[in-house]
Amino acid sequence: MKILICISNVPDTTTKIKFTNNNTTFDVAGVQWIINPWDELALTRAIELKETNAGTIENITVIHVGLNTSDPTIRKALAIGADKAIRINAEAKDSYFVAAQIAEFVKKEPFDVILCGIESSDYNGFSVGGMLSELLDYPSVSALSSLEIANAEIKLKRGIDGGHEVISIVTPFVGIVQKGIAKEARIPNMRGIMMAKAKPLQVVEPVLIDNFTEFVSFEYPKPKATCKKIDPENVKELINLLHNEAKVI
Amino acid sequence: MNFEYTEEQKMIQQAAKDFAERELLHDVIERDEKSIFPTEAMKKLVELGFLGMMTDPKWGGGGMDTISYVLAMEEISKIDSSVGVVMSVSNSLVMWGLETYGNDAQKEKYLRPLATGQTIGAFLLSEPEAGSDATSQRTTAEDKGDHYLINGTKNWITNANCASTYIVIAQTYPDKKHKGINAIIVDKNTPGITLGPHEKKMGMRSSDTHSVMFNDVKIPKENRIGEDGFGFTFAMKTLDGGRIGIASQALGIASGAFERAVKYAKERKAFGTEIGNHQAIAFKLSDMAVKIENSRNLCLKAAWLKDQHLPYGIASAMAKQYCADIAMEVTTEAVQIHGGYGYVAEYHVERLMREAKLTQIYEGTSEVQKIVISRSILK
Repeated sequence: MKILICISNVPDTTTKIKFTNNNTTFDVAGVQWIINPWDELALTRAIELKETNAGTIENITVIHVGLNTSDPTIRKALAIGADKAIRINAEAKDSYFVAAQIAEFVKKEPFDVILCGIESSDYNGFSVGGMLSELLDYPSVSALSSLEIANAEIKLKRGIDGGHEVISIVTPFVGIVQKGIAKEARIPNMRGIMMAKAKPLQVVEPVLIDNFTEFVSFEYPKPKATCKKIDPENVKELINLLHNEAKVI
Repeated sequence: MNFEYTEEQKMIQQAAKDFAERELLHDVIERDEKSIFPTEAMKKLVELGFLGMMTDPKWGGGGMDTISYVLAMEEISKIDSSVGVVMSVSNSLVMWGLETYGNDAQKEKYLRPLATGQTIGAFLLSEPEAGSDATSQRTTAEDKGDHYLINGTKNWITNANCASTYIVIAQTYPDKKHKGINAIIVDKNTPGITLGPHEKKMGMRSSDTHSVMFNDVKIPKENRIGEDGFGFTFAMKTLDGGRIGIASQALGIASGAFERAVKYAKERKAFGTEIGNHQAIAFKLSDMAVKIENSRNLCLKAAWLKDQHLPYGIASAMAKQYCADIAMEVTTEAVQIHGGYGYVAEYHVERLMREAKLTQIYEGTSEVQKIVISRSILK
């Protein structure tokens, strides 16, 4: 069984977000990049499964759409335990572009299990996994909180209102994972970091895909309004402000 | 010249930071208060391969360079220098010494388990009456034909209890003074070895420090490292590398306190604005930043020289003296910036200040470093 994990390269979740070019471009200066946390959990689960099902899972590959500036993030995935990496050498423009590039690659080199994080912590699109399954015509299950593989049988669990549902599925399929799929992302060990250098990172040129969207501008959320404090005894003033200033009564 | 870290070095730095924040931060204050050894965190440290990170992969180590080691030591010591010292003693004193001067049989038997983290090492040099003056060793290793008979007491031994492999420096030929000293590998479980109680220290209270008594301890001759009488040279060479570890630890203590001081200066308000907006605090932070930058550069320079197989003894002495003294200054200022909060445990900086003091004392006091440096200038 071959597993493919789609990984996104995102700013560290504590990054202070800034824009340039009249708020049309995200300013990458000084940004620390990480594996998208949901994708990292998917990778962690795949590695756990490979450790407990050594015979069943032969290979874990990570795939990423991006330029060579993403290579450190990809190397980290290899250091954590992926066997092989593919980078499609193009700037990721939007979810469709990413999904279509990955789909074209998978059509040529099939995988049994394809895992994506439910969203990426940069643009939070929630869409690559669903688009990918559609483009490949594979079944997909979203919001997975558990993935078990035993004797080539696959059992998935996802949260539903008030409980969980357990699903069995045939390969190939796309699993879209949420937090809970693995306990905690792993810290790469020295051996892993050393071995990552020698693992293959294959660079694939992109296919021609139409661009359907573009960023027009970014806006910051409005700053919170200042809080006015009124003496609890002064009901008159409270009513006055609610009526004349906030205009809610 | 290139000031950029490699992709690998950055990954190690991040791994050490993640480890420290995830595994050490949550109970560091409690372990310090109650002098509890970080047993669980040590298991993780071993799994991640930090204990033998510089040892050749041929012997089960990580094969990383000294620059990576400096970066990892800094990140770990920012949060918990007790763990930093376990790592430093095992990596730079015990494993480096064995790898550089041991024979293959010794490496197979002792270095491999150390490098793979199955065992921890301790380096037994200091004595009640021989600290800085390491030539006046009172512990004896009497030559008995096929074995040595060791007698004496070693003091302030880091890892004394958790280690299973000791490297003991002892006098075989007292009349030959420092040329009569040997370095001998000793299994802690050998009959005749007893440990004193856990030392109640000012700082780094979570590390494991005891005195060790030897009473007719019989050790086979094959456990001697190098030629007969090589022990003093062995100890001095090993301490050259050890200083890079302790310098990086001091750097970590300083930068850990500095980061906390910066955070506090941006949050705490006085006279209607964040205290960082007052020049009195802003200039303190500026001075601290410059000193830390200098400290880091000295550590990296010493590490770089070592990695290039160039002489690094003086560079490591400079790094050790400067980083330790700066750690003391920076942590004292960090407490001052925190005011009353700095004096209580919750804000970490008082602990870092207590830890900083030890870096000026052990593995060669700041004064001993100055002897090393000045002699090299005046020779």
